[in-house]
Amino acid sequence: MSTAASHAEPARPHGDSHHAGEPGHDEEHHGPAWLAHHFDTPAQQFDAAKLGMWAFLAQELLFFSGVFVAYGIFRSWYPEAFSGASHQLDRVMGASNTIVLLFSSWTAAMSVRSSQLGKKAQTSGYLIVTIACAFIFLVVKYFEYQHKFHAGLLPGKFFGHPVDGGLFGAIPAGHGHVPHLPAKAHIFFSLYFVMTGIHAIHVIVGIGVMFWILKRNASGEFSKEFFTPVDLVALYWHLVDLIWIYLFPLLYLID
Amino acid sequence: MGAATTTVPRAQAHHPDPNENYLKAERGIMSWIYTLDHKRIGVMYLVSVLLAFLIGGIFALAVRLELFSRGKTIMDADAYNRTFTLHGVVMVFLFIIPSVPAALGNFILPIQLGAKDVAFPRLNLMSYYIYVFGACFALYSMVNGAVDTGWTFYTPYSMRTTSAVIPMVLGAFIMGFSSILTGVNFIATVHKLRAPGQTWTKLPLFIWGLYATSIIQVLATPVLAITLLLLCLERFLGLGIFDPKLGGDPVLFQHFFWFYSHPAVYIMIVPGMAVVNEIIATFSRRAIVGYMFVAMSSLALALLGFLVWGHHLFVSGMSEYATMVFSALTFLVAIPSGVKVFNWVATLYKGSIRLESPMLYALSFIFLFTIGGLTGLFLGVLAIDVHLHDTYFVVAHFHYVMVGGTVMGFVGGLHYWWPKITGKLFNEGVAKVAWALVFIGFNVTFIAQFIMGSRGMPRRYYDYLPEYEIFHKVSTIGSWILGLGFLTMAVMFVASLIKGQKSTRNPWGSAALEWQTPTPPPLANFIKVPTITRGPYDYHLATEEELSEK
Ligand code: HEM
Ligand SMILES: [Cu+2]
Repeated sequence: MSTAASHAEPARPHGDSHHAGEPGHDEEHHGPAWLAHHFDTPAQQFDAAKLGMWAFLAQELLFFSGVFVAYGIFRSWYPEAFSGASHQLDRVMGASNTIVLLFSSWTAAMSVRSSQLGKKAQTSGYLIVTIACAFIFLVVKYFEYQHKFHAGLLPGKFFGHPVDGGLFGAIPAGHGHVPHLPAKAHIFFSLYFVMTGIHAIHVIVGIGVMFWILKRNASGEFSKEFFTPVDLVALYWHLVDLIWIYLFPLLYLID
Repeated sequence: MGAATTTVPRAQAHHPDPNENYLKAERGIMSWIYTLDHKRIGVMYLVSVLLAFLIGGIFALAVRLELFSRGKTIMDADAYNRTFTLHGVVMVFLFIIPSVPAALGNFILPIQLGAKDVAFPRLNLMSYYIYVFGACFALYSMVNGAVDTGWTFYTPYSMRTTSAVIPMVLGAFIMGFSSILTGVNFIATVHKLRAPGQTWTKLPLFIWGLYATSIIQVLATPVLAITLLLLCLERFLGLGIFDPKLGGDPVLFQHFFWFYSHPAVYIMIVPGMAVVNEIIATFSRRAIVGYMFVAMSSLALALLGFLVWGHHLFVSGMSEYATMVFSALTFLVAIPSGVKVFNWVATLYKGSIRLESPMLYALSFIFLFTIGGLTGLFLGVLAIDVHLHDTYFVVAHFHYVMVGGTVMGFVGGLHYWWPKITGKLFNEGVAKVAWALVFIGFNVTFIAQFIMGSRGMPRRYYDYLPEYEIFHKVSTIGSWILGLGFLTMAVMFVASLIKGQKSTRNPWGSAALEWQTPTPPPLANFIKVPTITRGPYDYHLATEEELSEK
């Protein structure tokens, strides 16, 4: 039977990343249990996962880029409002959160490292510390938000109305004004809440995923050979950290 | 890698069990709902987008019918606004964006790569359900007051109207993530799952197109996502970002929106072009002329797509300098588009052309897209755009591109791969009649719109002056012919499912990889992992065996 192979040039280059090592990688099961059926080698599976994650993170950056552009535009339009409003933020709390996140990025990286070395208990330890940091970050954020709520530093049309009820409970609708702040300061707080809010949602998602990874680690799914999920969640966590590194100076520090 | 022994997949003879295909391998509704097989997911997308096309089409016919005569014909002005908005939203977000990549691409891409599946099958299934979830929001909005903003959701109107903007916008937001995840999946698949021997220069042009599209999906869609989120928050909290009353900037919304939506027109058209490459090669039995130029022009379109969004804002208030830069950049788009068209024509020249139904659609694509692209140049010229902006000329332009281009590509691809997907042949005679109706109906509908647009008929108007009446009548009658064409096609496909003849492995005699595996493909796509030894269009290297029907 004639096949395309009979026309083959002798040197047959293959996909730059295709690490097909062994012949006959067909229907019958191959490799360890964690190797999905449609991959030929662990390296191929790992590379694909990593590339996919990077593409996803690129997407995340562009998602945030919208609010960064909005920030840039309104900052240049209303510089006094922005500088006046940014003084209302608590730099100490912001700075402590920055430190907490930086530290957690380090522990996340260490969890990957220990997973690569096959140290299961250590991996769990680092993951737990990372999760704990994430919680600390949220608690600090909660207090920050609470102060803003009480001071009436709310987004958009709620701006200037001190709250006494729940999140939106007792706020009368309407466009308020906090006397000691310049006009248009509400836009700064709109952006503040949107930017930090979306970031906080990313933190919460990160916590959820890390718990899941922690559970999988505890049940012994990972090994020196297979630690991709730990690696990917750490990458994600670094991005969350990176975005905060931009948010902090933009919102809290620049006058 | 066992190169000497592994070969391209054989015909069914090697696999005596005729039941071993992806449709029959597992049974029951649950085996579809939880499937991780890219082919089944592709089929589920296909059914969904066809349903969306039907819904969007009904809205379109309703809009045209309303405009058949002056004054009220079948609905009041308010219902009219909602109907054309729903038509746009459904066609853009539910139909055209997922049509080629998510439906046909999901099915064909891994097979053309010689892979067993996409890189992340679970993510693939998730993308599908995210799409369905988003579509449910859109549906909810439709039955709960709908939206009357136009599919562009321009502020500040979209903040003031009492129609159901939030669920619709959330629906588009959610479907955006489906699109992003499909893009991520395809990028990883193309990079990492190519079969042994499948170099970048042996990649089918369909893959090149989908790859370029995926890049746009990943880089442009998140910007729309954040924009729509801000719009929801603006309505909900009055952020003051887009609302001029609160100090915001409504034009900023337009910039954000078009930063996504212009690249999105390439999410629509590049896959259509990609399908056309496959069809032209198969039906002229020839390699696409200038393979590398055609491949790179997809990437060029993807990149240029990010630089020209400002041409939608020529009359929205931009600095003169900015308008000139955007105008100049817009013309650059004509270069890669032209490269493609000229290469197709060069391929056809001297090819041994067979005018079967997929080819008829591919040729229509070239013809209609050329008109759509050239009229785009008119709009790119600053001074002319000021006259034509928001007239029926624009409507005709983008329908020539989106319907004349993308839909023709999609439908052509559907005809082309139908036997591979379903295992059934369709009635070629009926298919040709349907094509003729679609082609004639389409041109009648939109040529009338070019003329009335250039004479000043504005888009999105419920009523019009008497001098436009004749054009509207012609356009509406054209839409009926077009609708009849699609109806004929639908009947033909359903008939094929019910009593169509069983298709052979390679009914068109194509040299491309997906035709070398049994029809319908087995679960793992190939009986044996193929080793790619020649390009998909190397007809001179292909063997009789490969080109035979069998
Ligand atoms: C390639 C596929 C294309 C698609 C799918 C497409 C689609 C569209 C759509 C949907 C609109 C309508 C915007 C609205 O609602 O106002 C539009 C407008 C426009 N298109 Fe295209 N287009 C394509 C190619 C081109 C090309 C090649 C050019 C120029 C070289 C071009 C130039 C324009 C311009 C300048 C406008 C703005 C018209 C106005 O608002 O006055 N387009 N296009
Ligand atoms: Cu555009």
